Amino acid sequence: MNSSSMETRVAALEALLKEKGALAEDSIPTYAHRTSEEWLPVNGARLCARAWCDSGFKRFLLSDGKAAAASMGFTMPEHHRKLAVKENTPSIHNVICCTLCSCTAFTIIGMAPGWYKDFEYRARIVREARTVLAEMGLVLPDEIHIRVWDTTTDTRYMILPLQPPYTAGWSEERLVRLVTKESLIGVQRLEPPFLAVQDQDTLHG
Amino acid sequence: MDGLHDMGGRQGFGLVVMSGRREPFHDEWEVRAAAISARLIGQHVYNMDEFRHAIERMAPRHYICASYFERTFTAAATLCVEKGVISHAELNALSGEMVPLASPARPGRIAPADLPELRIGDWVTVKNEFVGGHTRVPAYVRGKRGQIVDISPAYPFADAAAHGLEPAAQRTFDVRFRSADLWPDCCDDAEVHVGLFHCYLEIASPPV
Repeated sequence: MNSSSMETRVAALEALLKEKGALAEDSIPTYAHRTSEEWLPVNGARLCARAWCDSGFKRFLLSDGKAAAASMGFTMPEHHRKLAVKENTPSIHNVICCTLCSCTAFTIIGMAPGWYKDFEYRARIVREARTVLAEMGLVLPDEIHIRVWDTTTDTRYMILPLQPPYTAGWSEERLVRLVTKESLIGVQRLEPPFLAVQDQDTLHG
Repeated sequence: MDGLHDMGGRQGFGLVVMSGRREPFHDEWEVRAAAISARLIGQHVYNMDEFRHAIERMAPRHYICASYFERTFTAAATLCVEKGVISHAELNALSGEMVPLASPARPGRIAPADLPELRIGDWVTVKNEFVGGHTRVPAYVRGKRGQIVDISPAYPFADAAAHGLEPAAQRTFDVRFRSADLWPDCCDDAEVHVGLFHCYLEIASPPV
């Protein structure tokens, strides 16, 4: 359906629901603000950077992600009842998906990108993980095992990327800026040779 | 429901394209549609399971041709009509055209009692069940054997909650499958994990 027709339909539904009292005046601006200003991948980046700097916090994050996120002020909606954090290592690569629709831990890693919700990713990532990741720019050698996590329940997943070795000793604030939405989903790794040191500066524009 | 939404493992799709597809929203009406649905869920006009199933109930041709947020809109509008919040006629009148909605639901099902105790490390088989209503078993694991790697708290049983039935809470189990067991000789090697409600599973013997 073309965009102008969808605009009209959404406006019609919006007007009807306001008339019936099912939609408040501030419902849409409030949601728009949350998705653009609050539910951002920097939240997940802060969790990862702290885990890299503090082994006690890392154990907390890996054992109860939702409580660890809450301890830093990050909330999750009612139907996100658990946050399972999957740790990448030099020999294991984790990647998340939702073959049935589009689920993500959006308050922690940001709203799902367009490509994550597209049919190509949903259909293929479970069956052709290595091929799909390579198409997306992450060429993994055979020695790195791939673990795919299909989000089918109220559990939400986040990847804890491997900390790039050259960043040892960096401050937490500086480490936060390394972590991207793509690395929290698991379609990117941050350490060389997957990401060159000089590319880090361009990641966040 | 064996609908087109159950995409895992389907063949024939092209490359995953990131360029131009990195943002969550690409048009202003998409934010509005998502905001409307989030509000309706927040006010308990409908729940997440009903919302997901309303998307799944879209006519196959409509589902496959609609953008993600057209599907969001269609599910929200369908559920508002089905629950008597608005009428289809007034939505059509205000839109100036016939707005397609999702098809009616088939019946749901409640969770069986007396489920076997399951632990991390146990081998399980996904029951070979065919569910007409909403379910959270992707067809690619139906009848397949895997190993439990994690256990969740109890969640509302989606097959019931999507149909207005009493969704007695159940634990879910993250089950690890070898891709070669799911699509023998026709996949990349990986471990694929799926979160599955307790009643979807039965105890299996370990592989020899």
